[in-house]
Amino acid sequence: MRATAVRNGLSPVPAPMDSIVEVRGVSKTYGNVEALRGIDLDFPRGKLTSLLGPSGCGKTTLLKIIAGLIAADAGTVDIDGKRVSAPGPERAFVFQDFALMPWATVTRNVAFGLELRGANKTEREEIARHYIGEVGLAGFEDKYPHELSGGMRQRVGLARALSVDADVLLLDEPFSAVDEQNRRKFQEDLIRLRTNQNKTFIFVTHSIEEAVYISDRIVLLSPRPGRISQIIEPDIDRSGDPERIHRDKHYLDTVEEIWQGLKQYVE
Amino acid sequence: MTLFGYRVPMMASLLVWCVVWEIVGRLDLVFLLPPFSDVLAAAFDLVQTPSWQSATVTTLRAFVIGMALAIVVGVPLGILMGRVKIADDLLGMWVNIFSSAPLSAIVPVLMILFGFGEKTIVAAVFLFAIWIIVLDTRAGVRHISPSLIEMARSYGASRRALYFKIILWAALPEILAGVRLGLIRGVKGVVIGQLLVAIVGYGALFETFSRNFRMAEFWALTILLFAFALVVAELIEKAEAKVEFYAGARQ
Amino acid sequence: MAISIRTGSEAIGQAPLSGRSTTSAWSDQPIILRLVSVALFAGVWEIAGRIPVSFAFPTFSDTIVAFFGLIADGSLASAYLSTLQPLVLGVALSAFLGVGLGTICGLWRTGEWLAVPVFIVLQAAPVAAFIPMITFVYGIGMTAKTLAVMILALPVIVLNTYKAVRNVNESLLVMCRSFLGTRWQTITKIILPDASPVIFAGLRLGVSAGFVGVVLAELLITPTGIGDLITFHRSRADYAEMYATIGSIIALSTLTLVFLQWVEVRVFRPEKRGA
Repeated sequence: MRATAVRNGLSPVPAPMDSIVEVRGVSKTYGNVEALRGIDLDFPRGKLTSLLGPSGCGKTTLLKIIAGLIAADAGTVDIDGKRVSAPGPERAFVFQDFALMPWATVTRNVAFGLELRGANKTEREEIARHYIGEVGLAGFEDKYPHELSGGMRQRVGLARALSVDADVLLLDEPFSAVDEQNRRKFQEDLIRLRTNQNKTFIFVTHSIEEAVYISDRIVLLSPRPGRISQIIEPDIDRSGDPERIHRDKHYLDTVEEIWQGLKQYVE
Repeated sequence: MTLFGYRVPMMASLLVWCVVWEIVGRLDLVFLLPPFSDVLAAAFDLVQTPSWQSATVTTLRAFVIGMALAIVVGVPLGILMGRVKIADDLLGMWVNIFSSAPLSAIVPVLMILFGFGEKTIVAAVFLFAIWIIVLDTRAGVRHISPSLIEMARSYGASRRALYFKIILWAALPEILAGVRLGLIRGVKGVVIGQLLVAIVGYGALFETFSRNFRMAEFWALTILLFAFALVVAELIEKAEAKVEFYAGARQ
Repeated sequence: MAISIRTGSEAIGQAPLSGRSTTSAWSDQPIILRLVSVALFAGVWEIAGRIPVSFAFPTFSDTIVAFFGLIADGSLASAYLSTLQPLVLGVALSAFLGVGLGTICGLWRTGEWLAVPVFIVLQAAPVAAFIPMITFVYGIGMTAKTLAVMILALPVIVLNTYKAVRNVNESLLVMCRSFLGTRWQTITKIILPDASPVIFAGLRLGVSAGFVGVVLAELLITPTGIGDLITFHRSRADYAEMYATIGSIIALSTLTLVFLQWVEVRVFRPEKRGA
């Protein structure tokens, strides 16, 4: 692994202790575009890791390879020591465009993962109702997606991912189609949710602020070919009020640091 | 259009045309055009005759069977073409050709293959209706957001669940639009088929009326047929409006 | 009557759809696949003819032989001479009348209110029922055939033009007004060019409907041209010749539509060229 320690009082990267997802030598080429080259990466259990980089760095491709939605040309993905090449019940995906079924109510959308597993109707709806409450959508159980705002729709997507009780949650730019105010609120909620739920989050984003704000660990990818350029663990205290983080010195320094590193890739 | 501050519905102008028709008919300006009131009266009498009733039963039966076949074959074919590239490559050209070809030229073939009877009419309805259903279904399947398919896969959907819980539903608005257009074409198919066969259902009636210059009845039958076509189209449109709410909610 | 304007989307809904799918299916597809597709079709036909599925189902090879026979003895050429005259005339008249009427309906509210419902009815209804009637009025000559083409082709052209003109890009209109464009300039420089893709799609649908109309007229009442050739060979049980004639008219209509689309892209649509 090529990890560069960073200056400015940020702690250097320690060797990962207990990793739940292990990616080894993953490469992927589309036509003559090399999307990913030789990715080795470990994702620590119970942490939120962000994959951050400019467009074309292959971050979504990597996430979908981990999800088993795209086959890698080379390399392996292990989850809890088990090799995976297809979607499995230990992972749940949250989509950039929400991927809600427009013909189904909020409850049925949230319960859809359980429905596919053959859970009976009353049981799965009870679980769905619990997670609908958890993401703050209580009272909207019988609405249809088109009756909800963008932010609320993504809450449905998140509840669906939570309700299948997967160990690893894969989030593909979940807030990019959500307006700014809702995004801020959603990010705060995600920080709270992460402390309640004992899950591993892998989060793809192109927003530096977002990555630093919510992540325990940030993997910076560089484009053409997609490779790991840096791994950063922001030393930010998230125990208190999430509002406070935006004014935290470490937060601001880390954002600036990453921007200086990424600048060269912006045309 | 507004009149004295009221919005007059668009279709209301058809009433104006009916009045014009009545006047033209009364003045005997156009050959073979009886006054509209005579046509209405003829329509009223016509629907009470056993010959009209049996012709209607024959026509409707052929129409319903042909449409059902077209839907049962067309929708799966469209889904196949939307999902499997090689099927699309091999069949796409022919579906496109037949959807815009002068199918009326094929009806004589149907007549020698299926005889001068109801089977030919069923085949004509099927042949007229199926292609647009295939094309629209294919388009609907093609337009499904890839992330919806990925979603189903990532939550472990079986192939069967993917088709019956996602693809069929997500393409439903286009499928219904295709069925509506197919119905309109099917009505044309049933009429063209019967006109050419000329001894079944409405075809036989048209033949009798025009041969004997019973113009009021001829027009009455035409109006009934037009009304049927419009009512069918309208009913499907109502069904479409019901699923519109999610078609509009797509990204 | 509670029929809304949307009934007219038979014309509109299918126009862009079939137009688009035709382009994508036909221009993106490598020539090899198209040949395979044709070969497959011919093969299935040949096998079905050899079984045979019916006494009246000739093989593909017999049909091809019959086709060249028809060309050689000149009967196909003379039939098309008689069929194409009313078809071309009818389509040309429908195109001028249809685009004109459609534009007027799109620009003038009263015209819209009066005329559009009539064309919606004609578009959705099986107007083929009128064809026997037309013959009674105009005899079995050129006039009847031309009118048969027109009653089938006109509604779809009018409705497509009307829809396209009515739904012209609003911001382009505002732009033209802000640069002090006159009403006439707005129509000729903004509205018609902006509406032209849908108008062209309507014209293609009109041509396709015109083929239906002319064949139907010839089969039903006017024993001339292609329709007569079909009926004649059917009555003599020359099924291969009959199939060859039908195949030729379907091929001709398909080629005409492909050619029209090609002309449209080459001549009128710079934004599509080379794409």
